[in-house]
Amino acid sequence: MTDIMDTNTPPRTEDHDVTEDVTKAYWRENLTLMGILLSIWFAVSFGAGILAREWLDQFSIGGAPLGFWFAQQGAIFVFVALIFIYVHRMHKIEQKYGMSDDND
Amino acid sequence: MDSTLLWTAFFVIATFGLYIGIAVWARAGSTDDFYVAGHDVPPLFNGMATAADWMSAASFLSMAGIIAFSGYDGSVYLMGWTGGYVLLALLLAPYLRKFGKFTVPDFVGDRYYSQAARIVAVICALFISFTYIAGQMRGVGIAFSNFLHVPIEIGVIVGAIIVLFYAVLGGMKGITYTQVAQYCVLIFAFMVPAIFLSLQITGTPIPQLGFVGNAENGTPLLLNLDRTLVDLGFQPYTEGLKSKLDVFAIALALMVGTAGLPHVIIRFFTVPKASDARKSAGWALVFIAILYTTAPAVAVFARSNFIDTVNESTYSVEAARGDIPAADLPEGSTPGWFYNWERTGLLGFTDHNGDGRIQYRADPATNEVTTFDRDIFVLANPEIGNLPGWVIGLVVAGGLAAALSTAAGLLMVISSAVSHDLCKKVLLPGMSETQELLVARSAAVVAVLIAILAGIYPPGFVAAVVAFAFGLAAASFFPVIFLGIFWKRMNKEGAIAGMSTGLLLTGAYIVHFKIGFSSMVLGVLAVILAIAAAILFLGTRQAGKSTPALMYSAGGLVLVGLLGLIGVLPDIPMGSSDQWFLGISPEGFGTVGMFVSFAVATAVALATKTPPQDVQDMVEEIRIPSIHAHPVHGNAPAE
Repeated sequence: MTDIMDTNTPPRTEDHDVTEDVTKAYWRENLTLMGILLSIWFAVSFGAGILAREWLDQFSIGGAPLGFWFAQQGAIFVFVALIFIYVHRMHKIEQKYGMSDDND
Repeated sequence: MDSTLLWTAFFVIATFGLYIGIAVWARAGSTDDFYVAGHDVPPLFNGMATAADWMSAASFLSMAGIIAFSGYDGSVYLMGWTGGYVLLALLLAPYLRKFGKFTVPDFVGDRYYSQAARIVAVICALFISFTYIAGQMRGVGIAFSNFLHVPIEIGVIVGAIIVLFYAVLGGMKGITYTQVAQYCVLIFAFMVPAIFLSLQITGTPIPQLGFVGNAENGTPLLLNLDRTLVDLGFQPYTEGLKSKLDVFAIALALMVGTAGLPHVIIRFFTVPKASDARKSAGWALVFIAILYTTAPAVAVFARSNFIDTVNESTYSVEAARGDIPAADLPEGSTPGWFYNWERTGLLGFTDHNGDGRIQYRADPATNEVTTFDRDIFVLANPEIGNLPGWVIGLVVAGGLAAALSTAAGLLMVISSAVSHDLCKKVLLPGMSETQELLVARSAAVVAVLIAILAGIYPPGFVAAVVAFAFGLAAASFFPVIFLGIFWKRMNKEGAIAGMSTGLLLTGAYIVHFKIGFSSMVLGVLAVILAIAAAILFLGTRQAGKSTPALMYSAGGLVLVGLLGLIGVLPDIPMGSSDQWFLGISPEGFGTVGMFVSFAVATAVALATKTPPQDVQDMVEEIRIPSIHAHPVHGNAPAE
């Protein structure tokens, strides 16, 4: 997904005295990631399962109409995936900025 | 049925013994243990406990039935009660955990540097939790009376004593580990019959695959069901009756409401770190999704199977009386489980046309399945799948586990709201830790007594529990917590205005369309408002900034309340569904309330002064997981 391309001061890992620039960059990256994941969250539930359901129902997955399937199964699977993607990406981002709360 | 009764008693007693054993093992020694399980629950366990806390008797027993009857419309519950975890994991849980206190009103009070905001939050939390817990206790009572043939009252009291035992003794710590055990019981009890049913109807052991699979005749199961239902005069299963806007509003209100429910949020205070709160939300959703993706499959299997085996089958009066075993009946007869459940009153057959066969139709004039309880689909699954009697006992124990775990989580919110938020932070700031623990335990006892009463004499609003709990959480807590984290400029004036507007608007809409403002209801509301005003008066007096007007208005409201209770106030008739705002049902109105609350909070905040610098620093700090707490927000500055 989004890797930062800006040229911020290199993150420091040894202490907690992080500069304001690094904090801002970290927060911006977090918000971007959130924005992307929440768009997917909206698209699979409210989009595929509700707003575009009739149109998607012309396709099918196995024996189920696709829009109906998203509303009753698909959206839930995607929700689970979204949280784990967030956990994983945030771990990376926090390490990059030296802001991880992992002690190891 | 006798061996079934024995098995049921065995499973219920065995699981209850297990919960008590865990409670004795996980006793709480400090307020840290009592409120947040010492902040050291591993994320996987917390996920499991959250899942049990979250899935109530309604999720376990009723949801598959509701979906079976409503088809596509049931999707709002599936998406609504899972999608909120994405919001929790991304937007709230890690920051609230980083904040590092005990309760939701703690956050609201400290972030908005205001005792008034804290008190409004306490009142919201108490109201939401009491509505919810009354429904759970009722569920426990019904399970006991249906399956162990004891009166509802005894069932409610037994269930309450069990919950009380581990909540009072163990606090959050005891509740967490019993919830882990309860999750295991309930998921096993739900999955075993579902797997056998899936095997029987679609030939695959995985219900989620069976859902998209083919029926015996080779056509897709869902297509088959659509056709059959249309033939019988019903709506096709994959189409809904609700308007698109209403479906959208309900799904959003349930999602946002989930993220704002205090008993869900406090579970994320129990893990060690902010990053664990994220992981924990992920695990919670995995454990919830196991049940939530199976439920729609069970719904399709059960509805298809019901029509296949019951519709146009020959009803045997001898088998119904128990004179001959149902297994000996010829092909084409009504299956044995139908007679069993008819005896419990959950199913009923009236032979309108006198042909001795059961006709299941949409038209009430020709439909002969005259009683059809929605819980039947989950309860009868073991028998439909020809599973042995002990599986029914397991399902009953699972239903009780679901109800008790949710009740315990709610009890925790009530107890901590009273002891920590109200007594320690507002009324008696000088309390020692030992005293606070004592108050917390006493508050839990009082809350259980009220819940017992509410379970035995269910008040009318229990029927509207979903609309109330989720609508109010969506319209009050979610906006202020979200803005508190993501908008540094957000201040106390905006928070109080946003929370109260959302709460009152949503509450009024739900009462008007679900219960109606009768004199009695107006009286009760006036008394609740009077108590709120009195607490506000006492709470702000501590800070030396109180106005006697609050006390006078409390007095006035008590008078109005008494007038209402004796029936002097006018009865305003309940609204009908054609008067719904934009066709949005009370269940979905939380969405409207939320947007209004956001708008009011933002507007008021912009029109008033910026929050103090130390509060802005605190927000800055909450956003970064690795920086450890400064003493900055150790004590909330009084108003």
